[in-house]
Amino acid sequence: MYNKGTIIPGLILFVLLVTFPFWFNAFSTASTVPKPELPPGGEKQCVAPAAEMRASHMVMLNQWRDEVLRDGKRTAVTVGGKEYRKGLQMACMQCHTNKEKFCDSCHLYTSVTPYCWDCHLTPALAAEKKETH
Amino acid sequence: MDKQRRKFLKIAGATALAGIGAPAVVKLTASPALASSTATTDAHGVQAEHGSAGHGAESASQGVRLGLLIDMRKLYGHPELLDKATAACVKAHNIPQIDSKKSEIKWIWKTPFANAFTDQTVNHASKTTLENDFLVLCNHCDEPPCVRVCPTKATYRDKDTGIVSMDYHRCIGCRFCMMGCPYGARSFNWFDPRPYIKEYNPDFPTRMRGVVEKCTFCRERLALGQEPACVEAVKEVGAIVFGDLNDPNSEIRRILDKEHTIQRQAALGTKPSVFYIV
Amino acid sequence: MIEKALRGNSNYWMWLAFLSAFIAVGGICYIRQFLFGMGLTGMGRDLSWGLYISQFTFLVGVAAGGLMLVLPYYIHNYKAFGRITILGEFLAIASLIMCLMFIMADIGQPIRGLNMILHPTPNSMLFWDMVVLLGYLTLNVICGWVILTAERKQVKPPKWVYIFVYISIPFAVSIHTVTAMLYCGLPGRHFWLSAITAPRFLASAFAAGPALIVIACLIMKRIAHFDAGKEAINKITTIIMYAAIINAFFVCLEFFVGWYSNIPGHKHSLEYLFFGLEHNGHVYNNLVPFMWSSVILCFAGLGVLAYMKITKTGSDLMIGLGCAMIFIALWLDKGLGFVMGGLVVNPLDEIVEYYPTANEIAVSLGIWATGIFLVTVLYKIAVKVEHEVEG
Repeated sequence: MYNKGTIIPGLILFVLLVTFPFWFNAFSTASTVPKPELPPGGEKQCVAPAAEMRASHMVMLNQWRDEVLRDGKRTAVTVGGKEYRKGLQMACMQCHTNKEKFCDSCHLYTSVTPYCWDCHLTPALAAEKKETH
Repeated sequence: MDKQRRKFLKIAGATALAGIGAPAVVKLTASPALASSTATTDAHGVQAEHGSAGHGAESASQGVRLGLLIDMRKLYGHPELLDKATAACVKAHNIPQIDSKKSEIKWIWKTPFANAFTDQTVNHASKTTLENDFLVLCNHCDEPPCVRVCPTKATYRDKDTGIVSMDYHRCIGCRFCMMGCPYGARSFNWFDPRPYIKEYNPDFPTRMRGVVEKCTFCRERLALGQEPACVEAVKEVGAIVFGDLNDPNSEIRRILDKEHTIQRQAALGTKPSVFYIV
Repeated sequence: MIEKALRGNSNYWMWLAFLSAFIAVGGICYIRQFLFGMGLTGMGRDLSWGLYISQFTFLVGVAAGGLMLVLPYYIHNYKAFGRITILGEFLAIASLIMCLMFIMADIGQPIRGLNMILHPTPNSMLFWDMVVLLGYLTLNVICGWVILTAERKQVKPPKWVYIFVYISIPFAVSIHTVTAMLYCGLPGRHFWLSAITAPRFLASAFAAGPALIVIACLIMKRIAHFDAGKEAINKITTIIMYAAIINAFFVCLEFFVGWYSNIPGHKHSLEYLFFGLEHNGHVYNNLVPFMWSSVILCFAGLGVLAYMKITKTGSDLMIGLGCAMIFIALWLDKGLGFVMGGLVVNPLDEIVEYYPTANEIAVSLGIWATGIFLVTVLYKIAVKVEHEVEG
């Protein structure tokens, strides 16, 4: 091989650079799978089983959005005897009141930035500018 | 470039295009029914209807056309009531209070007669007309130009209620609807509105920068069986009547039968749903 | 053929560096706007379209102007235009890219731009605008590139490219008609609500586009040894003159309708643009000097070109001057006057004047610089190919 002295080290360097995310995170806390904190109110049941919510809560939220806004179907959803109004603020955040400890813990790990909270209020944020009368 | 390489690149390019285009084709040809039927669990599939009359009445809306009748005679000399209606809307919807004519956001507000009714004369107008302000808001037209021009259907006319609604998730902020509206009813979020919101209503979201917003006849309140916030604010004098324009027995229709009313820019053919007794 | 743009003398690189400075500043200002919001511009609730959309409107016209070179050559076999149709097509490509950039700069949520394609809305003229702009861009890229390649290889262009050339002719008319339809179908905007808006747009397009091409040809004659030919330049200036006269005629008709009918809706905007509007003791007239400059420049430019034609004299300088004056006049008329004039009296009869902010102007200059950069690069390729072919 020509220029063996440059190519082999170069190749090794290249492989190291390309696999950087794997070996760097293997030894840091960034690789620990997040454990989202369950609702402080102690509720154990959600609108759907946890595994399903984990996989498709974003699809469900989009469906709710289209049903409520475009089809006008605002009738509440009843699951296990409990009634949930269709909406992020009205249903999800009623139990999962802490966005940072619940929603963000997984979103930060997976590097997902949903724009929901650009508009939708978390209970903590809403309390900051509460009604004064 | 030799022939083999060129042939390879052509086939590779065509395959790549097909691969990128395939999901779009699948999405366009899949019927909406298919999408919702894939949900098989409780939350998605079961939409429990509530037996209560409130919900039923709200959702059983075939051919309903909601409208407003503003009886200005009950508001003359009471600018504080106009402010009360505006303030109720602001509070219910987290509307930012931006002190700048350029960037302000207003869903319902008061303005002199000459500005509210530009096609009516103010020549030798009465003292009442000249000294009072008039409430103006989105007219929820039956043939809205804003809906006609929106390139993404982010604003659309809800067939069940006649309300011209906004989907803030889809709006790309092109402001074509603001151009199309002959009533100047729409506002744009020129920057993040949250710092300018005085108090949050925890039941309603805010909007983000870069989207257009306007009055939506308080759809979220109607869903709970309540009246629009502005109607409720001036309930004590009964200045604003809200109801179904297509129901001949509704209160609003009964008043419209008796009183002479005017509308803003009636000659433009937008068929507004807001009537004024001046 | 792109490699032809990578070799040039120091003037070429200095020019590109100069433009890159503007592009860089424009880019930074756009990032500022992206992070903060459209509030960094001078637009407001009553003036929700401003500099960006007005530049887009003007540039769609410049893109359509290439038709005035394509039509005589491909349909009427006017051989003198043979060497310069490529310039019209390349100018169209650069203008269309500028238009798309101005639109992206103007929308409040640019990362949602794909919604226009995911949720097609045939009743919206903005949707059709996107369709025809992208369509015309594709057509020009295909036609320009294929025909230039064929010329370089000294063969006749393949037969199938002529289908695209013929389709591009009604497409050129359509892009500007659809852009005019954005304005002329809005019920609340009486300045724009006129059937003559679309013809007026087309007339000014067919004057502005060729004017820019003539100026480019004259510059290239000096620095790139590319001579378009006296006959071609003469014919184009004739076309420019007719188009500019027709445009002036249409504007005069607007004046007639406004003043003779005396209806405020038609009159107020023209009054604001040319004489100033007085309202509640305040006089609004920030565009008056621009509009009169537009009128003077247009007639002066026409005068210069007419003088040359009548006396059969004319230096390149006079031709360039005449075309530049007409181009600037039309830019003032359409790029400044049309959009702002229509918005100054809002639907509630309140008057709001528009002043673009420095950030907004910087972004606009950056986009213009990008377009001129593209024109420079593309014209360099075209001229180098001509030189290669002609020896």
